Amino acid sequence: MKKRWICLFVENEIGVLARISGLFSAKSYNLDSLTVGVTEDSTISRMTISLTSDDKTFEQIKKQLSRSVEVIKLVDYTDTPIHMKEILFVRVNGCSDVDITELFRISKVFGATIIDYDGTTVLLECTQTENRNDDLIALLQRKFTNRIEIVRGGSVAVEAVSISER
Amino acid sequence: MEITGAELFVKALKEESVTTLFAYPGGQAIDLFNALYGEKEIDVILPRHEQGLVHAADGYARSTGKVGVCLVTSGPGATNLVTGIATANYDSVPLVCFTGQVPTSLIGNDAFQEVDIVGITRSISKYAVTVRKREDLAETIRKAFYIAKTGKPGVVAVDLPKDIQRAYGSDFYPKEIAIRGYKPNTSVHMGQLNKALDILRHAKKPVFLIGGGVNIAHANKEMTRLAELTGIPVITTIMGKGAIPTTHSLYVGNIGIHGSYAANRAISNCDVLFSIGTRFNDRITGKIEEFATAAKIIHIDIDAASISRNIVVDVPIVADAKKAICSLLEKAEPLSVSEWVNEINDWKKEYPIDMGRSGLTPQMVIKAVNEIFTDAVVTTDVGQNQLWTTQFLALDENRQMLPSGGLGTMGYGFPAAIGAKLGNPHKDVIVISGDGGMQMNIQEMATAVVYELPIIICILNNGYLGNVRQWQEMFYDRRYSSTCMRYRRSCEIDCNTPDHCCPEYTPDFIRLAESYGAKGIRVTKPADIKDALISAKQNTKTPTIIEFIIDREINVMPIVPPGNSLNDMILESEEHGK
Ligand SMILES: Cc1ncc(C[n+]2csc(CCOP(=O)(O)OP(=O)(O)O)c2C)c(N)n1
Ligand SMILES: [Mg+2]
Repeated sequence: MKKRWICLFVENEIGVLARISGLFSAKSYNLDSLTVGVTEDSTISRMTISLTSDDKTFEQIKKQLSRSVEVIKLVDYTDTPIHMKEILFVRVNGCSDVDITELFRISKVFGATIIDYDGTTVLLECTQTENRNDDLIALLQRKFTNRIEIVRGGSVAVEAVSISER
Repeated sequence: MEITGAELFVKALKEESVTTLFAYPGGQAIDLFNALYGEKEIDVILPRHEQGLVHAADGYARSTGKVGVCLVTSGPGATNLVTGIATANYDSVPLVCFTGQVPTSLIGNDAFQEVDIVGITRSISKYAVTVRKREDLAETIRKAFYIAKTGKPGVVAVDLPKDIQRAYGSDFYPKEIAIRGYKPNTSVHMGQLNKALDILRHAKKPVFLIGGGVNIAHANKEMTRLAELTGIPVITTIMGKGAIPTTHSLYVGNIGIHGSYAANRAISNCDVLFSIGTRFNDRITGKIEEFATAAKIIHIDIDAASISRNIVVDVPIVADAKKAICSLLEKAEPLSVSEWVNEINDWKKEYPIDMGRSGLTPQMVIKAVNEIFTDAVVTTDVGQNQLWTTQFLALDENRQMLPSGGLGTMGYGFPAAIGAKLGNPHKDVIVISGDGGMQMNIQEMATAVVYELPIIICILNNGYLGNVRQWQEMFYDRRYSSTCMRYRRSCEIDCNTPDHCCPEYTPDFIRLAESYGAKGIRVTKPADIKDALISAKQNTKTPTIIEFIIDREINVMPIVPPGNSLNDMILESEEHGK
């Protein structure tokens, strides 16, 4: 089992998202996240799909996606240099002054920002890789057990222009 | 010129050379039917149920090589297509299914007879789309036909909202179409092909394993030449049967859980397995870990996703079967494999597929069909009747078999024959069906009668859902749960001993045929088989049902029990064996 990323260019049409996500559920492929947005060409949408699978299943997934009429191009990002980010919001409830100081410290280390605050509730934003966000969530869960709410956006990725390692 | 969407629809059908349309009307399709009214160039066929309709379109497509076209109304009309769409798509049959839809302004409102047919068919079609703008209509229809018939053929569903049907717009219908995400493979990778030929050159025990892809690509003649040129024996899947004539000396038989002993043996012992157009589905491989373990595997398929999915192959080749076979014909050389061929022939003689029992057997019926109908399309239903047909029916360029292979849809055989007869009026069209499956689309008797289609319907009546009963007999301790078709309330609920005291079968198929204005013949003795078939052949005005009363517990043999490897077959029935 290995973590993979796919960049998928699809027709920007009603039902395409359902077709792609439906393929994953119909064939029992597991899907970690799927993000989609329109490209510079408004008739084309671009998806970033992250998933975990073995080699054989991954080959099948790529073939199945490619044969869909709505799929224009598939690029496997698994082993190519890419920039990848995921947006994460964390809401921390019932914060004491000590908690807030701690949150500022954590934000600094993780490169997150505190974007909103009302005295007891803190809203944190973190735009990092999926893994880094996982780490942040794990830490917050430990420190603020049962007091956090999480909103994750899923990864978006783009090929690197100059770097040769990920 | 400005015309309505419905008028454009009719124009599009003509541009696509559609001469037969399988159609059932309703509120959201009424404008389309209005535009078709009195149309001379398109034969509009009205079946009695949309499931029968779509299977008929399927049988038409499989037997003619043309796209089968359906038109139904929204809601229940559309949902009644679902089984037929899945059946056709699974066997790569090109269909375009038009469904009426509520006006675009009402979509999503739970309007009367609104269903999301595009959503429902998404996972069982090649492509499905709702036309949302009148100006997209022509291109969408053109695209639908193109997608349905190119590459690996399949089903395209086109949903037509009522306001689009009524809206005026351009009458232009495009000839060419480019779809940026859809580029069917048209070439053959010569490097891969050479690799395959290299492997073949060193083969001592090669076999061809041929799936439905060769029939779909109409590459039967080329395949026969390739077998003859190389001298390699040919094994087929159920869908591939007929790839070369079944009487050919290089033809071994079917592979699979009801395949022949020789074919399964050959697969298990071959050193090169050259497969074309098969997806290696579980019905053919048996226990996958023990499938062709000694062999290097070459696999040609039009669909990259069918390669190395179930079986890891050594040389994958993504290509159209006909193109690939033609390229092979230019380069392949004769192999000296006569010892291997003799070995296989010995296996054939050791355990031929032969019921060899007394009484009226399916084998006798199908052998008589072979003799009497030399220019024919034979459809099968699903169950034992289908398996016997795939075992005993002889195929060549003039005799074609249409089974529901992938989905195994009971109720397929008879309506498919209606489509086949409409597409092949000069051929004899024969249905081999079970008593259970025949009742799943029996309403189409009316269709066959009103369109004066002299189809010959052979019902192999064992009074059971025989295929399931056989499994119950062999693997479930004879617990005949819900498989007896002669059961009545007055019977013991756990009865598993059929005898002459069982209640009468219902319906009486003979009187049923007569009530439809068709002919009915009941055959109970082997001596009457041929006479019945001949008199059915002579009845050229109406369909004929011939009900063959067969032994109730006759089994399909041989069989690879679930979980076993192909090498591990049960060859004869214990209690009812030969
Ligand atoms: C629509 C559908 N329902 C159920 C089945 C499961 N099934 C497969 S074979 C079979 C028995 C068919 O009985 P019959 O038509 O009498 O044919 P026989 O096997 O007796 O020849 C059944 C129920 C199926 N294949 N298709
Ligand atoms: Mg039966």
